[in-house]
Amino acid sequence: MENTQPEGGENNRDLEVAPALISVHPTQDSVAVAVGSDLRVFDLRGNCAVTLVDETGEAFHKDSIRAIRYGANGKLFVSSGDDKLVKVWSTDSWRCNASVCSEKRVSAVAVSNDGLYVCYADKFGVVWVVDLHGLDGNETLVNKKASPLLAHYCSIITSLEFSPDGRFIVTADRDFKIRVTVFPKKPLDGAHEIQSFCLGHTEFVSCLAFLFTVDYPQGFLVSGGGDSTVRLWDINPGTLLDTYEFGSKAGIVDYKGNEVSCSTVTDLCTIPGSNVVAVAVQSLQGILLVSCDLSSQTFGAVKVISNMGDSFIPTSLGCSSSVELLWTITGVSKPHGSNHNSLTCVRVLSGFKKTIPDAALPELTVVDDNEVPGAEKLLEKLQGSVTVEEEVFLAAAEAVKTSMCNLLIKKQYTTEKREFRKRGRNDKKTKH
Amino acid sequence: MLENEANPTISKSTGLPRKRFYRARAHSNPLSDSHFPVPISPCHVDYSLHYPQFFSSSGEVGSIKKVQFADVGCGFGGLLISLSTLFPETLMIGMELRDKVTEYVRERILALRTTNPGQYQNVSVVRTNSMKYIPNYFEKGQLTKMFFLFPDPHFKEKNHRRRVISPHLLDEYAYVLEVGGIIYTITDVEELGDWMKSCLENHPMFEALTEEELEADPAVKLLNTATEEGQKVARNEGQTFQAVYRRIAPSL
Repeated sequence: MENTQPEGGENNRDLEVAPALISVHPTQDSVAVAVGSDLRVFDLRGNCAVTLVDETGEAFHKDSIRAIRYGANGKLFVSSGDDKLVKVWSTDSWRCNASVCSEKRVSAVAVSNDGLYVCYADKFGVVWVVDLHGLDGNETLVNKKASPLLAHYCSIITSLEFSPDGRFIVTADRDFKIRVTVFPKKPLDGAHEIQSFCLGHTEFVSCLAFLFTVDYPQGFLVSGGGDSTVRLWDINPGTLLDTYEFGSKAGIVDYKGNEVSCSTVTDLCTIPGSNVVAVAVQSLQGILLVSCDLSSQTFGAVKVISNMGDSFIPTSLGCSSSVELLWTITGVSKPHGSNHNSLTCVRVLSGFKKTIPDAALPELTVVDDNEVPGAEKLLEKLQGSVTVEEEVFLAAAEAVKTSMCNLLIKKQYTTEKREFRKRGRNDKKTKH
Repeated sequence: MLENEANPTISKSTGLPRKRFYRARAHSNPLSDSHFPVPISPCHVDYSLHYPQFFSSSGEVGSIKKVQFADVGCGFGGLLISLSTLFPETLMIGMELRDKVTEYVRERILALRTTNPGQYQNVSVVRTNSMKYIPNYFEKGQLTKMFFLFPDPHFKEKNHRRRVISPHLLDEYAYVLEVGGIIYTITDVEELGDWMKSCLENHPMFEALTEEELEADPAVKLLNTATEEGQKVARNEGQTFQAVYRRIAPSL
């Protein structure tokens, strides 16, 4: 057996932190935040914090949550992560309706557009599907079994997305690949028909989102990756339509004032009904807005929204399909051995209009803490406290960055080092 | 390291590379991170380097030939060499993970091209992990034949996911094969033979060839005889287990 633990490439779980995540209900009935193993939900309709009810065998999450998502119709909410549990919640009662055990740690979740299937991806590259037929909110299904749907060959899947028409399921992995698979009529038998591969990223792909409007109901796929690019794809033939390379072009500077030449896209959020993509970038304070000319299938104007406060580097973005607000969050789970508690800060941006002229990107403003829907009560619930000291966020952003790089970037060794490790192999001996 | 002197790696009598200088381990871990260059997408592969004669004569863009046969895990290239003369107009490529073996096959092809002018121009080899990077080399429906001859059996159950024929990888092979394209598998390990057969049998996009079709297919005859591994099995009078399946359009 080869020694798989290379010197220098520390695989230390202590260094692993999970970024804070945010997800907004499709009609902004509620907002959910995950930080570490903590899932916090605020009900915007009732203007109150939600108490989750979990009566499944293993209640609540025990380890960092890595993926949260509302179903397209807003009835379901799914959360999952490092504790290998996939929990399906009803958004009416906020009871956990199903808890599925995964064999491996979960890296992404998605709900089919009809709300009947939950898919999750594990760190070995397998996407599993759970049938939710018969789940009507009252009884709890503990022993739901997942069936394998498709697999990327042993590559961590970073993002999972259904196409707007529900015909395809799109998966992105750390081996630079995006795979578009036909979502079958009987998903439990597996999804065998690959529509296309979207190839063009030169580093891991970190996130996916669909951009679609009334005129373009099929939509276009937008992907972000570790190669500091955002790419626009037509998934049917898998063609790369346009690439936006940020970094020096956008004049991104890190918090020390140095220009950032290469940085990872941490999250993408398309503004429903518009042609704008909001992009969160590691080391970028604020967010990047990229507009898309859908008729010519190219990226258009770009704007950096930097008035979000010093040292606010979002880790996750969320948006409902009805209300013109962009929700952003920054923060990390509590790193092992750190004396800070898990840190989060939520900021809400307003200023989106339904129709945005192609050339002009909207001027976004940060909604004052008191005017955020739910105001202080919401912030108290989602952030854990109303005010947060800012300086800790830089450390948090650094921690997320290191953790993500360790996870997704292949370790590079010098040729000498590699040869040295092969010295004992028979085929490497010069004479036999 | 070795090739510096009067090139002892090339046999004086045949002009072919000598295998003893290309000793390699029998197996390679397909799960490890790769350190060789991988093309970003199929259009980034410069096939004119692989098939100079085919690409120099046909200058027009429209007439560019595409690779149609892939020998996955080609080993020392025995099958490719036999196929080359059997289908002289078809471009074919071997894919091998072990660097030394790939180097041997490359030298072997170059030597054959020199000693047999005009022949063996349609074969080439790349070092890659085909389990990870098949879609980086071939477009949808590009291939007409794929060969998996004597793959690593990976007996332990925990290593079954390293097998080159597996239910999920077949999805990718179905993607690169055209409808009607054929997948050839053979092994001398009964357990693996059963595994490969059942994977193919249970996949909705593959159907078995009939006995008559197997009889009529010239490539089937090569499965047992052309490769170094096959000849070894024949020498030891071992049994082989083959499964040959056709890519079909899935029924909806």
